[in-house]
Amino acid sequence: MRNSVYSLLLFFAGLLSSNYVFAQNNGAVENVMRSNGKIYVVLAVCITILVGLILYMVSIDKKIAKIEDKQ
Amino acid sequence: MRKKWWKILAVVLLIYTFTAGFLLKVPELGILKETSRNLFFHVPMWFGQMILLTISLVYSILYLRKPDLKYDIYAAAFVKTGIVMGILGLVTGAIWAAYVWGAPWSNDPKQIGVAIALLIYFAYLVLRNAIPDIDKCAKVSSVYNIFAYFIYLPLIMILPRMVESLHPGGKGVEGNPGLNGADLDASMRMVFWPAVIGWTLLGVWITTLNIRLYLIRDKNLINAK
Repeated sequence: MRNSVYSLLLFFAGLLSSNYVFAQNNGAVENVMRSNGKIYVVLAVCITILVGLILYMVSIDKKIAKIEDKQ
Repeated sequence: MRKKWWKILAVVLLIYTFTAGFLLKVPELGILKETSRNLFFHVPMWFGQMILLTISLVYSILYLRKPDLKYDIYAAAFVKTGIVMGILGLVTGAIWAAYVWGAPWSNDPKQIGVAIALLIYFAYLVLRNAIPDIDKCAKVSSVYNIFAYFIYLPLIMILPRMVESLHPGGKGVEGNPGLNGADLDASMRMVFWPAVIGWTLLGVWITTLNIRLYLIRDKNLINAK
């Protein structure tokens, strides 16, 4: 259950950020994402992966904690 | 293990590492160009591995002093994460080398050294699986782990100082065998050390997940003592 919530959250975060990347007239965010050889796009991808992995670890951590509490 | 603050610290440091590591202005360093940012990702793998394997060594010694199965579980879990970080370090090193040294594998002494070190730790896992008796397995693998550590140290700390290598640090450079301290400017240090702490804490976090799992799995064996 919790896992599916996380993946949904990630999915929507992805949707949102792609909107920012592709929108043609999106002001400040648009400018930031396209500046400097578009390094910010790479940064956004890497941060998304990092956050995804960490959410996954948090969920494993909680599952183990639950089993520990049952012992 | 169940305290939260250090996990949050790990996450904050890693997000800082990625953000600053990508956006910081890095000094011009010959052929490296922008790839010197790998310093914040590739190098902490090895720092983390070294720290995790040292913790593992301590638990193996503790096991031999007082044969409590818990210590053996701790030691094995730290070795496993250490191996994962080592593989990641080797692979990221090869990717980096492909574009700055011209080939992913140049039989460089440092590449060979860490590859041998990894094989020695693979053997630790094979050894553990080969002994069905749990107490015997714990004792033999503790002894092996201590042996492995003291082969690992010369391979990554002494050998690199004695031979020529494409890799920075080592022969001809003061201090660290793995990187040339003079290459880092102050702003890189401000990212590098948080990166080392962040990645190491992440490694410890993964390890504690494994430990907690094994402690539950082997609950009956531990309580039987």
